[in-house]
Amino acid sequence: MSNQLLKIIKFASVSSTKYENLMGKNIKIKKGLDIRLDGEAEKVLVNADMPETVAIRPEDFVAIKPKVLVNPGDEVKAGSPLMYDKNNPHVMICSPVSGEVVEVKRGAKRVLEEIRILADKEISYLPFNVGNPESLSREQLIDLLCKSGAWNFIRQRPYSAVANPEKSPKSIFVSAFDSSPLAPDSDFVMQGNEKYFEAGLAALKKLCPVVHLNIHKDKVKSPLFLQAKGVEINTFSGPHPSGNVGVQIHHIDPINKGDIVWYSTPQDLVIIGRFLLEGRYDAHRIVAVTGSQVKKRRYVRTIQGANIKSILGTDNVEGTDNRFISGNVLTGTKIPSDGFLGFYDTQITVIPEGHDPEFFGWLAPGFDKFSNSRTFFTWAMPNKRFKLNTNMHGEERAFVVTGEYEKVFPMDIYPVQLLKAIITNDIEAQENLGIYEVAPEDFALCEFVCTSKINSQEIVRKGLEALYLEEIESQKEVHH
Amino acid sequence: MKPLRNMMEKLEPHFKEGGKLHKFWPVYDGFATFLFVPGHTTHKGAHIRDGIDLKRTMITVVFAMIPALLFGIYNVGYQHFQAIGQLATASTGDIVMYGLMKVLPLIIVSYAVGLGVEFGFCIAKGHSINEGFLVSGMLIPLTCPPDIPLWMVAVATVFAVVIVKEVFGGTGMNVLNVALTARAFLFFAYPAYISGDKVWISLGGEKAVDGFSGATALAQFTSHGPNITNPVGQPMGFMEGFIGLVPGSIGETSTLAILIGALILGFSGIGSWRIMVSVFAGGYFMATLLNLLSSSFPDNPYLTVPAHLHLVFGGFAFGAVFMATDPVTAAQTAIGKVIYGFLIGAFTIIIRVLNPAYPEGMMLSILFMNVAAPLIDYYVVQANIKRRLKRVTVKVA
Repeated sequence: MSNQLLKIIKFASVSSTKYENLMGKNIKIKKGLDIRLDGEAEKVLVNADMPETVAIRPEDFVAIKPKVLVNPGDEVKAGSPLMYDKNNPHVMICSPVSGEVVEVKRGAKRVLEEIRILADKEISYLPFNVGNPESLSREQLIDLLCKSGAWNFIRQRPYSAVANPEKSPKSIFVSAFDSSPLAPDSDFVMQGNEKYFEAGLAALKKLCPVVHLNIHKDKVKSPLFLQAKGVEINTFSGPHPSGNVGVQIHHIDPINKGDIVWYSTPQDLVIIGRFLLEGRYDAHRIVAVTGSQVKKRRYVRTIQGANIKSILGTDNVEGTDNRFISGNVLTGTKIPSDGFLGFYDTQITVIPEGHDPEFFGWLAPGFDKFSNSRTFFTWAMPNKRFKLNTNMHGEERAFVVTGEYEKVFPMDIYPVQLLKAIITNDIEAQENLGIYEVAPEDFALCEFVCTSKINSQEIVRKGLEALYLEEIESQKEVHH
Repeated sequence: MKPLRNMMEKLEPHFKEGGKLHKFWPVYDGFATFLFVPGHTTHKGAHIRDGIDLKRTMITVVFAMIPALLFGIYNVGYQHFQAIGQLATASTGDIVMYGLMKVLPLIIVSYAVGLGVEFGFCIAKGHSINEGFLVSGMLIPLTCPPDIPLWMVAVATVFAVVIVKEVFGGTGMNVLNVALTARAFLFFAYPAYISGDKVWISLGGEKAVDGFSGATALAQFTSHGPNITNPVGQPMGFMEGFIGLVPGSIGETSTLAILIGALILGFSGIGSWRIMVSVFAGGYFMATLLNLLSSSFPDNPYLTVPAHLHLVFGGFAFGAVFMATDPVTAAQTAIGKVIYGFLIGAFTIIIRVLNPAYPEGMMLSILFMNVAAPLIDYYVVQANIKRRLKRVTVKVA
């Protein structure tokens, strides 16, 4: 009786999703938030000039122990290995361009910061003998992808690290849409890349028979996705983070302790597919140039790791005090104005910095403030687009407000309890509360809405990294 | 605002590391961030942040209390002039002025003492000043009768801030509701000043009219059931309680004014509507249940009070909207909030009706559930863990 009462109450208060079985699953995400940011890219595609320099940065990979394979002065081709992760030694990380290695930059304690390459005007590619991709065995396919560096585009949950090719996942997930603020439109960027995407998807099928392709009811219209062959097509609806692969995995094939799920993205599959069809590591990408400070916002065809000067172009940014972000405003990396596009990023965002103190900012009506609460009068402007800056809008405090993370966290997981388990280093509690199902990006909206300004992505990242390294250590012991 | 900004910037070095007044950095920092939301930018994680912070949250709660405060000020004056038989001749200005004279000193003492203690702790421990007391400082006077001696309020505030909050680690760490504990301290330390029939109306040394009685509705329920009168003998019912021109603690009498606050809290997303609604539901449920049993227990007239009267008299609405919703001391999970609220409502009615010593039960019920809230959350989270473990076995089978 009390159990049933609890169920009813729970249904009334917590239930956020509804399952329907069509072809794949049909999932409504109700919790979440679309931040109405100014600065969307216009659907125009231009080619960027070849960047003078490109860089590959270990920071873009989770808990990597890099072993550098090149020295300054070495000539490399696109597809030549630059380094690998000692914890995942079969997977090469390769140069996206041909040219000369100009710098192997190390920071404090000789930690590798980046490998910088002076790019040739014309890329010459290291040839790979792929043959007919359809006739490759699973082992041959894995071997080729690892050697060429294309394997890095297959990542795994838990941990969001590059997949371990020696393991088999229970399923592979591809989110066909990015729901984060000002994100590139998948339908648009796939135009002209259809056959590569299909070849990439076919390769995934060979790696694991269960492949889930997840589309958004309103945002994805391309038949490339809607009619993809041999995969389960699941339809999501609702706001960000419905496009986060972690949210999708949670609702379709949740990860329990010991489970492994691999994932990739449409643009990453294009690089895999192009490698298989053309026998070369061609890491061209289409990048959305977004943000309120960019004058000409559009889509730019460029190369992985490119210096963003070549992507933004000259005199394309308003003002001087700006934040340059490789990626989106929630999960992207802060880079200098002449920094480099991140390994996995397909978006550049430029927004104003927010250094100005605000007189009685906590008391003012706040007609320029965006909030998930209705404490600013902008709740009455549901169509306004906001030019938000990097101001914290307050100082860090202890957890006080409850229930606000839950409004933007569409999983059957208690986010605050999980964060506290990570902070207190209670591994058993972390496992019980679902740490293997989350990644820092899943907490990005929690971090955004947080009244106490707690950096939850950082907390989750540290917690996951500790578990990941522990797992790697324990596997090494088994091998010895 | 430039000159003010410049002045603050000029003062800053004195309070910084190495400055003469470095000890007082928390105080400087408190004032500086009170005047200006600092120009701190994001370094890690999300590059943009929601406009809300704890100051905004707290000031929203204070705004939500303003209808109850204003009504309370008016009502103190109204009850005074009604009791001395001069209501017909007193102007609105007289009424408000009398109320202000009674209420303002309480607010000033509560804030001054509470913030003083808070500043002292922050200086001693080098913490930055938290905003929690902005709300507690207003709640304390609103839960007091108008004539309570100021020194008692000061002592109660010190007790609440030190023993209930700072000892546990400050804002966000306390187990019990700070303002309510201050009231509980007064209730048990100086019962003659905060219970009974004499304290709810400020006579101000003047003589009450013939037939006057200062008993609150709840006190009359104990002996007369639902047949109650106002201080000058006119019958009272649901509407009188809802509007709130009745004797009681300063902020608690008007359910209408409190509901305006509830709307502000619920709509802005600052207060949990789950808790508010379930407190009322729990109270209504229990009061209805006991009311149905009234014929079996003729000795206790309180049982004959219908449920809807329970909800508009006494501190029920005030507690439901402003006390039970304190996020630090309430249950934190969505289901937990529903259970927590429902039990507060139900226990309140049980204390009121079945315990002859206390005609009011809201304060004790909330404090009791403050203690029980972590236990509720524990079981809700355990249920989540079990449900997620079950996923594995279901799949294997």
